[in-house]
Amino acid sequence: MSRLRRSRLPARLDVTQTLSGVALALFIWGHTLFVSSILISKDAMWTVTRMFEGYFILGRPLPVLVSIAVAVVWALLLVHALLALRKFPASYRQYRAFREHRQAMRHADTHLWWWQVVTGFAMFFLASPHLYKMLTQPAAIGPYASGDDVWSGAWWPLYLLLAFSVQLHAGIGVYRAALKWGLPGGGDGARTRRRLRVLFGGITAVMLALGLLSLATYLRIGYEHRDRVGERYVPASVAAPEQP
Amino acid sequence: MNDAAADMPAETQPPRRLRISVLRYNPAEPERAPRLQTYELEEADGMTLFIALNEIREIQDPSLQFDFVCRAGICGSCAMVINGRPGLACRTLTTQLPTKIALAPLPVFELIGDLSVNTGKWMRAMSERVETWVHAQETAQGADLDRAEARMEPEQAEAIYELDRCIECGCCVAACGTARMREDFVGAVAINKLARFRLDPRDLRDDGDFYELIGDDDGVFGCMTLLGCDDVCPKDLPLMTQLAYMRRKMAAAGWRGADGAAATPD
Ligand code: SF4
Ligand code: SF4
Ligand code: FES
Repeated sequence: MSRLRRSRLPARLDVTQTLSGVALALFIWGHTLFVSSILISKDAMWTVTRMFEGYFILGRPLPVLVSIAVAVVWALLLVHALLALRKFPASYRQYRAFREHRQAMRHADTHLWWWQVVTGFAMFFLASPHLYKMLTQPAAIGPYASGDDVWSGAWWPLYLLLAFSVQLHAGIGVYRAALKWGLPGGGDGARTRRRLRVLFGGITAVMLALGLLSLATYLRIGYEHRDRVGERYVPASVAAPEQP
Repeated sequence: MNDAAADMPAETQPPRRLRISVLRYNPAEPERAPRLQTYELEEADGMTLFIALNEIREIQDPSLQFDFVCRAGICGSCAMVINGRPGLACRTLTTQLPTKIALAPLPVFELIGDLSVNTGKWMRAMSERVETWVHAQETAQGADLDRAEARMEPEQAEAIYELDRCIECGCCVAACGTARMREDFVGAVAINKLARFRLDPRDLRDDGDFYELIGDDDGVFGCMTLLGCDDVCPKDLPLMTQLAYMRRKMAAAGWRGADGAAATPD
């Protein structure tokens, strides 16, 4: 008997959706840790920034490296968003059916998916300005530069909303990816699910706390630095002699 | 003494009065709009929703429609939405519920009337769509019925039996947000069935064949892991695990198919 072979595309799209999502979540967790270096000190944050600009390898800062990284992340985000968009309610009828279902079921994992939709949708608007800024002004990252942005540039409301949506989306997303594909040795489904919830709930809480504390710190730095906007931070250890 | 009632042993406490409201509609009488009708009755010992509904039908309202056959959680015909969640009426004790109980027919399935839905029609279509039967090698004369069946390891038979316990009640479908949004979604019940036939050594289908059946967004890739199915299945089938398992197998089959390696000669 001859059969029509079904397209292999759905399998690839599904795998790509998860892989791009997990990659983005790992990126965002790393991002949170690097940003929160400000909680240690201005010098620590300066060092992290310079590291990504290749300063310690090339001997001079090359902010275009940051731009390239931003471009890669943005591309990944676009792929992920396009793939995830397929799962959104595609019509008002579907939206209503899901809403009715969600409200009647009062079911945790169904609610969680809805939060994915809401935060994903929010990030569509919140992440783009941030990414555009980092892409076009990669040099404007640093203890003072970022503090100025947050306070004098009035970016903090956007960052505040972004922190919540991105951390929730990442935490819920990786939790759901683990359940979607299953973990090796996950015999007892209910127990696996409980443990994963604790694990990713914990990660999300820690990341969110770090993000918010960092934002508060940049706000304070920006406020104190409000009269000297534009001035860049230079650690005492690398003062005048090393300046180009 | 005021505490007297509280101190009384449980048996002597006055029985609760239940208020059961039923979403009523009969497609045969479209002129009567869907409406909520509330029945009151006294809770009895060990009362299930099956017992309560029968009492209502016998004493209060013979026109109330609902389905039962086995009243033991075997036939799957009494599934309905109980306070928002799908479940089997015959396996639900009223003591597990508050005194206000809201009942509605399962969504997704064709409504016959009141709480009665045609799950059979849906399940039949599902079975035909994903071919839920053993695809064995047939001889030129058809299946050889006289040949003794090959032996099966007990663990293997056990694993198949575990998944074979599905009673096709439809709860998993009604609890699935994906199925509610997209009517072509196969549902956890179908994916679990294919997981069952995949284990069966008598079924000669390989992953490429299963991919033909569920390898798309109406199939296993459509599942959004909302896990409503896993949480409501009255037979406690490991649906989450099976969905993840089939997703991995189907993703692998789809990915491999790129160079044609998985294409089986027909
Ligand atoms: S998988 Fe469970 S919920 Fe779904 S039809 Fe079978 S028994 Fe019912
Ligand atoms: S896990 Fe999949 S099949 Fe089960 S309720 Fe969710 S979307 Fe439906
Ligand atoms: S009556 Fe058969 S399952 Fe409830």
